[in-house]
Amino acid sequence: MAGFDLLMQGLVAAMDPMLLLYALIGVTLGTAVGVLPGIGPALTVALLLPVTYGLDPAGSLIMFAGIYYGGMYGGSTTSILLNTPGESASIITALEGNKMARAGRGGPALATAAIGSFVAGLIATLLLAFLAPSVVKIAIAFGPRDYFALMVLAFVTVSSAFGDSTRKGLISLFVGLSLALVGIDQLSGQARLAYGVPQLLDGIEVTTLAVAMFALGEALFVAGQGGPGEAKVIAVKGSVWMTRKDWARSWKPWLRGTALGFPIGAMPAGGAEIGTFLSYATEKRLTKHPEEFGNGAIEGVAGPEAANNASAAGTLVPLLTLGLPTSATAAIMLAGFQQFGLQPGPLLFATNPDLVWSLIASLLIANAMLLVLNLPLIGLWVRLLTIPRPWLYAGILVFATLGTIGANPSPVELFMLLCFGVMGYLMRLYGFPIAPVVVGLILGPMAEQQLRRALSISQGDLTTLVASPVSAVLLALAFLALVVPMVLRMRGKGQVLTQLAADED
Amino acid sequence: MSGFNPSQRRPDGVALVTAAALGAVAVLIWTDAARLPQDAGYSGVGPADVPRWIAGCLGGLALWSLVAAFREAPEAPPRQAWGPVLWIVAGLLAQLVLLQPVGFSVATGLLFACTARGFGKRNLMVTVPVGIVFALAIHLVFAGLLKLSLPAGPLENLFLGG
Repeated sequence: MAGFDLLMQGLVAAMDPMLLLYALIGVTLGTAVGVLPGIGPALTVALLLPVTYGLDPAGSLIMFAGIYYGGMYGGSTTSILLNTPGESASIITALEGNKMARAGRGGPALATAAIGSFVAGLIATLLLAFLAPSVVKIAIAFGPRDYFALMVLAFVTVSSAFGDSTRKGLISLFVGLSLALVGIDQLSGQARLAYGVPQLLDGIEVTTLAVAMFALGEALFVAGQGGPGEAKVIAVKGSVWMTRKDWARSWKPWLRGTALGFPIGAMPAGGAEIGTFLSYATEKRLTKHPEEFGNGAIEGVAGPEAANNASAAGTLVPLLTLGLPTSATAAIMLAGFQQFGLQPGPLLFATNPDLVWSLIASLLIANAMLLVLNLPLIGLWVRLLTIPRPWLYAGILVFATLGTIGANPSPVELFMLLCFGVMGYLMRLYGFPIAPVVVGLILGPMAEQQLRRALSISQGDLTTLVASPVSAVLLALAFLALVVPMVLRMRGKGQVLTQLAADED
Repeated sequence: MSGFNPSQRRPDGVALVTAAALGAVAVLIWTDAARLPQDAGYSGVGPADVPRWIAGCLGGLALWSLVAAFREAPEAPPRQAWGPVLWIVAGLLAQLVLLQPVGFSVATGLLFACTARGFGKRNLMVTVPVGIVFALAIHLVFAGLLKLSLPAGPLENLFLGG
């Protein structure tokens, strides 16, 4: 129960009025930005990173925790009322939630999403607190080769295991890894691919890349689709509150969603959104009202939304204990840590326990604040949804460039932003996934360092990589995660081709 | 795999371009690695080795894309309006060029107006002033309160008493 004591200490530390204020600001900003259509949690966190530049590490990370949870919450509001999910994990919420809103039950849909998020966030954050010390204990025994194998597994699952195409996923990953080479090599001090440009010596900023690919890429893509295409915001009619029947139908999906979402998020592999799909499938099978599915079943909102939040808290387990980001959002959070010279991982628990535990405690606080703030403020968030698109995207681009200018006010950095933005646009246009680029950029140098350390220890013997049981198992899993989906796609190929032909108009 | 005859249709242009781009990047990384001193120490792996492996993988992916271009059915090209896209890119370029000479607010105001134009608000007489005021407000908040260093021009100095 060491986790419990430390968590209590963290809670006491996080009750500091200043820190509470930071958490409140974070939650409010996170929700406000997350609510904007087309902006998912990854982009919310990336756009709001500059707000935290001026604070001390503790305040900034706590504000960050608030932004993260707020962004998640805001995203669900958008998908329910607007049917434009900002991220793959909200697609399922949009499926049933938007139908509910159309049927005039938008209030209960938002309420079950909010309360479900709270329940899931609460349980998952507590699980994180209890699980983290044990994972840290295991992780301390990990050698460089084990870390390298872990990162290879994360690379494969993030890039190619769950997309439409192994080839496109791997290309995205290697674009990220290539970008990661730019700059001074951490072990030898040699400059690689910098071509004498001073800004390139520091390497490519993760936030610049993430903001460019998500914000600029998205804006260009939406602009390119042209036409009015203004999605219609569905007004919230009637009571926001859930009826007794809604409660009765929601609580089990919340718990089941949490049980499905957290372990999937906590695994040191990508694909955190799988939990929402699983939860939806489970609820659909267990429901007593199968006729409502597809027409706005409250279980179909409650379960996936809980799973979504639980897996988001779950991704913090590998992030904090192993320093391993398994989603684009986690990659940007890692960049946020790094701006203070903090490297998440088992050592952070030893060197900065106060910081880690007040961060986990403020996740609990942020979660509670969201519940209190958001149900009364739904009207305000809905108004944000009605901002006309020209103003909305103009504002998004201003903030996107603001972050880059604030971090490094040079035309070279802005030029990189522009190039990556165009690249993100083209990738989106032709169906290449974006997240592997971001994860590749941030994990690439770490993987290279661990690999070279492992090979130093073995004096260049490559078989060392599979000589420890942990690394051998992890690499075998990575191999399976690469090959099995390829075989599955190969088998399903005929059907997919016919489907494509049928879809063509 | 045998449903159609590859010679009956044109290869997938996107995959071809992808293959060419990946090949070019692979060559770029390989030549850069070649110039690095190979100082591998005990490990036998120096600063040039990981780039070489990545270049090799990129080369492999380029070949894969080349094969895919001839064997897989091309996806329907998404319909895009290029005008709005170019307006936004132009706005970003304008901001990049003007940032240092005229300061954050004016440069960013132009980006704001160009983006709004890309999304259908055509009246630059309205959007440019709105953008500049908006950017100035952001400048005052972020440079003033949050101590972010944003390039200041004459307009900002007027307000911050620079």
